[in-house]
Amino acid sequence: MGLGIAEGDRVTVRADEVAHHHRTPWFVKGKSGIVRRVHGAFPNPESRAHGGTGMPERRLCQVEFRQSDLWGREYCGRPDDVLLADIFEQWLEPVRRG
Amino acid sequence: MSGDDHHPPLLHADRSVRATRVLAIRQLLIDKGVVTAAEVDDVVARSRARTPADGAKVVARAWTDDAFRGRLLSDARAAVGELDYRLSHDAELAVVENTAEVHHLVVCTLCSCYPTSLLGPPPDWYKSFAYRQRAVIEPRAVLREFGLELPAAMGLSVVDSTADVRYLVLPRRPSGTEGMSQDDLAGLVTRDSMIGVAEAASP
Repeated sequence: MGLGIAEGDRVTVRADEVAHHHRTPWFVKGKSGIVRRVHGAFPNPESRAHGGTGMPERRLCQVEFRQSDLWGREYCGRPDDVLLADIFEQWLEPVRRG
Repeated sequence: MSGDDHHPPLLHADRSVRATRVLAIRQLLIDKGVVTAAEVDDVVARSRARTPADGAKVVARAWTDDAFRGRLLSDARAAVGELDYRLSHDAELAVVENTAEVHHLVVCTLCSCYPTSLLGPPPDWYKSFAYRQRAVIEPRAVLREFGLELPAAMGLSVVDSTADVRYLVLPRRPSGTEGMSQDDLAGLVTRDSMIGVAEAASP
């Protein structure tokens, strides 16, 4: 899960609803985007926020989403406007091209 | 905790609900041994030791030194280290560059992550629910309210600092600034231009 993610990959954010602390905003869940940068590995906030060590570290990826994919017709801007968000690898799944 | 008369009184007529809550949480964390008062003071002092003038110095250097600009965009921590800014290891720093084609706007929708290690504490509006919600769904309207009307042909990239990376915007160098010194250029770089709700000032 996510181990092979590299810049330029198309990924989908898992749509999971979880009760614990996590850093994945609701509005990107289930949405697809392109990995623009792999920042490196950081302590896992989903462990650290609940008294854990944050280990093992997880890789953090900057993912670019099209605003029109996130908000649909509600979005009043250019069709190529984007949103960049940093998403931990355990939330990302590769999009398989048919 | 009864009889702890060395604690400052939490309830105070001149103190807001929010300030009272923060002080109560701070006291609980200290009482439970999670942090010490000195550690809290140290974090606050480190944050207040920086002001937007520090970020402005970095931007002015990038405007006048193309090789530095390249290093700043690819490895911001190392690049600002060249200017003797030692970032703490609590958070990473990344710089996004405004160009003639794309403008960047920084927000933290989950809390209020901000590049304090270069800009100091964030402005209150940056932490408001209104900004945090509207900057992602209607960023062009938000920019308009800040007085920045983006040209129709310019793309917009909203950067949501959701995790361990803090983002600084490298604004575009204003026209008519050829030949200006780095110090004078830094005077044009406002806090808001490094968040992306404004352009750098004109000379």
